[in-house]
Amino acid sequence: MSAPLLETRGLCRTFGALAAARDIDFRLEAGARHALIGPNGAGKTTFVNLLTGLIAPTSGQVLLKGRDITSVAQAARVKLGIARTFQINRLFRGLSVLDNVYLAVAERVGAASSMFRPAGLRRDVVEESMHVLETLKLAENARHRISELPYGRQRLVELAIALGLKPEVLLLDEPAAGVPSAESHIILDAVDGLPRHIGVLIIDHDMDLVFRFASQITVLVNGAVFASGGPREIGANPDVRAVYLGQAAHG
Amino acid sequence: MTSPSAGLTGHPAALAMASRHRLRLWEPVPWLLAIAVYFVFPRHLGFGTELLVTILFAISLDLVLGYAGIVTLGHAAFFGAGAYAVGMLAKHGVWNEPITGLIVAAVVAAAVGLGSGLVLLRTRGLTLLMLTLCTMALLEEAANLGHAYTGGFDGLDSLPIRPLFGVFEFNPLYPTTQYLYVLAVLFVCFVFVRTLVYSPFGQSLTGIRENTLRMHAVGAPVRARLVVCYTISAAIAGIAGGIWAQANAYVNLGTLGLDRAATVLIILVLGGAGRLYGAFVGAVAYMALSHFLAKVYPTAWQLGLGLLLVVIALFARNGILGLVENLRCRRAGVAGR
Repeated sequence: MSAPLLETRGLCRTFGALAAARDIDFRLEAGARHALIGPNGAGKTTFVNLLTGLIAPTSGQVLLKGRDITSVAQAARVKLGIARTFQINRLFRGLSVLDNVYLAVAERVGAASSMFRPAGLRRDVVEESMHVLETLKLAENARHRISELPYGRQRLVELAIALGLKPEVLLLDEPAAGVPSAESHIILDAVDGLPRHIGVLIIDHDMDLVFRFASQITVLVNGAVFASGGPREIGANPDVRAVYLGQAAHG
Repeated sequence: MTSPSAGLTGHPAALAMASRHRLRLWEPVPWLLAIAVYFVFPRHLGFGTELLVTILFAISLDLVLGYAGIVTLGHAAFFGAGAYAVGMLAKHGVWNEPITGLIVAAVVAAAVGLGSGLVLLRTRGLTLLMLTLCTMALLEEAANLGHAYTGGFDGLDSLPIRPLFGVFEFNPLYPTTQYLYVLAVLFVCFVFVRTLVYSPFGQSLTGIRENTLRMHAVGAPVRARLVVCYTISAAIAGIAGGIWAQANAYVNLGTLGLDRAATVLIILVLGGAGRLYGAFVGAVAYMALSHFLAKVYPTAWQLGLGLLLVVIALFARNGILGLVENLRCRRAGVAGR
């Protein structure tokens, strides 16, 4: 069997006495639509941070297509095809929406180190950025500065930047949190519209969204994998219902 | 995703971006004014030369502070490195041709920028600020101690700078050559910096300033890019220092001092950082104001400047140009630079 797209082996991370990730073995297959759920403080974001290299694990390994990338820096992992969105917006707030996506696309196509050509004349980069914005129904906001946009639209820019990187692994940390329900379908539609071979990991608290979206669900509790399986399996698992679904309104 | 649909480059946002770097109608104005000064105030060209050098120095600072968001208090380190490179080479009879001298000044300052940048750009915020200050203090002390080469506390004077192109003398009393020479160098450097800030590289510097963490997350080699920016900026500051030494025919410890570093910072903040022309507006405002205040209150003129700075920091975070932009935006009813 070939190696999974993204894999972790015995991944641990402690913050002082707190074990935010305990011995996590996890596989994200190519083409997977995988959801990561768990109560607040379960270590979901920490796990994403470990996958992207934002923080280093205390022990354990991260592998991309079988290659150990545990010691690869964050920016280099992006070049290898791992992109993410942030739970709390991390945008270039003083810049326009188009500029925000431009920065990501320029970085990916290797235009960002060019010094002597006006940025706006890199038509390939501009065009592709605009295309991403159009997919997310953001084209009309392209000229607006981030700080002028309502929060829900800002969340879409968060996703647009990640899509501009054309990742193979896309990690979405609560992409729909704070997005008005009228617009949250834009996010799901965009994710649905991605090429099939991309592996997507989504963290979300909205169980409707999770169960509709995911073909695979991993439940994280206290930093450890509590259960893993298909949506039916997880939905029917009494332990999961007790620790997590019981607390949510849905399920 | 499907292939990009045609016609997206015709979108207003794309068009706006494609014309962002174009020359604005008012952009020749400062240059025309500078040329006008040459004819209208021939007796004030010494002051004018000083002003132009200050603008050049402030532009170099704008690149790191205004665009890349590197907070530094030690930018005079590079000004001084350039000035001493020119001064020492000329005084010790090694090299005194002005234009190549500036290239040497740029290279020396760039080397200092690269060396220190590799170390200190690993840090951020207050640590970075202190380290830039330390770098400058170390250089200043080295210049102070290295008597035999640097002239120590007295500096080096009566530098024998060769005439420009072998023809135009640098006359300290009638600095017409200096003024035009500095203006030409300023123009070349400005065109370079302007090109740089509108390039994708310049964009990415702005990205680093706006959100360093996100730049890492889009795969940008953040530190390498900051080091490159810091080195380029150092080279330009070195040119400013070198040309100052040539124009004045001396170098002293003041070129490396906190006083100079702080002044250029104030100038940039006053004019508006990250705006290219903030350096021009700030330098003119600062020098005109200090000139005026020094006449009115010879003993306490810095108090007036201090008060002005407080007002700017409280009410006009983006300096004079920021105020102008706000007014224009309000009139146009839209936001955006």
